[in-house]
Amino acid sequence: MLDDSQLENAKSMSIIVTKGTLDWAYPPFILGTTAAAMDVEVTMFFTFYGLVLLKKDLDLGFSTLGNAAMEMPMMGGHMKMPNMVSMLPGAGALAGTMMKNLMAKKGVASIEDLREAAVDLEIRMIACQMTLDLFEYSKEDMIDGIELGGAATYMENALKSDINLFI
Amino acid sequence: MADQTLNAEGLNCPLPILRAKKTLKGMSSGQVLEITATDPGSVADMAAFCNQTGNELLSSSSEGDVYTYEIRKA
Repeated sequence: MLDDSQLENAKSMSIIVTKGTLDWAYPPFILGTTAAAMDVEVTMFFTFYGLVLLKKDLDLGFSTLGNAAMEMPMMGGHMKMPNMVSMLPGAGALAGTMMKNLMAKKGVASIEDLREAAVDLEIRMIACQMTLDLFEYSKEDMIDGIELGGAATYMENALKSDINLFI
Repeated sequence: MADQTLNAEGLNCPLPILRAKKTLKGMSSGQVLEITATDPGSVADMAAFCNQTGNELLSSSSEGDVYTYEIRKA
């Protein structure tokens, strides 16, 4: 347990998480869990497409469409993903599976693992109530231990945080 | 001699740090944790982690592809 003086000195960080694709799920969870491991008080606010990252069942994919900087290592070289590929049925799911396999091979944590670490490290995770209503989700669809809140909840937290990120 | 060891070989950023934190949490102040890792990024990251958390990085070395760290829990 931290004593009062340590609590006053504790650093804090907030992250607004707005994207829920497999690739964009990584930066907020990597930074959030690492900061928490470094004794930073972390709050993550999940809004719009970021909300799906709190769902009990994660089914993350991503689009190769307009992803001009994406190069996948392949047979000793690197392959760009032409936009046309994204038109093929199941391309998003296939790209997601390929990426997950590559990540597992390289010892990169899965988003499920990082989210579990976030819970263990007592990161405060807030689901945006408005997004929940908008996309017709209920709190029961989401993992346990999260809070519901809105812009004012986020602002109250952000105003006293040392670092505020929007991802 | 370390009080506890952690094998973080094959794990990529940020897992060696997260595992180190988790292991340290279960240890007492003053005890030493020895970690082995293969992530080259862990050299800078383990030092930064210790600087920030007050745990003491007693040693940081490498042999072949394996990096070894000794951390004394604050």
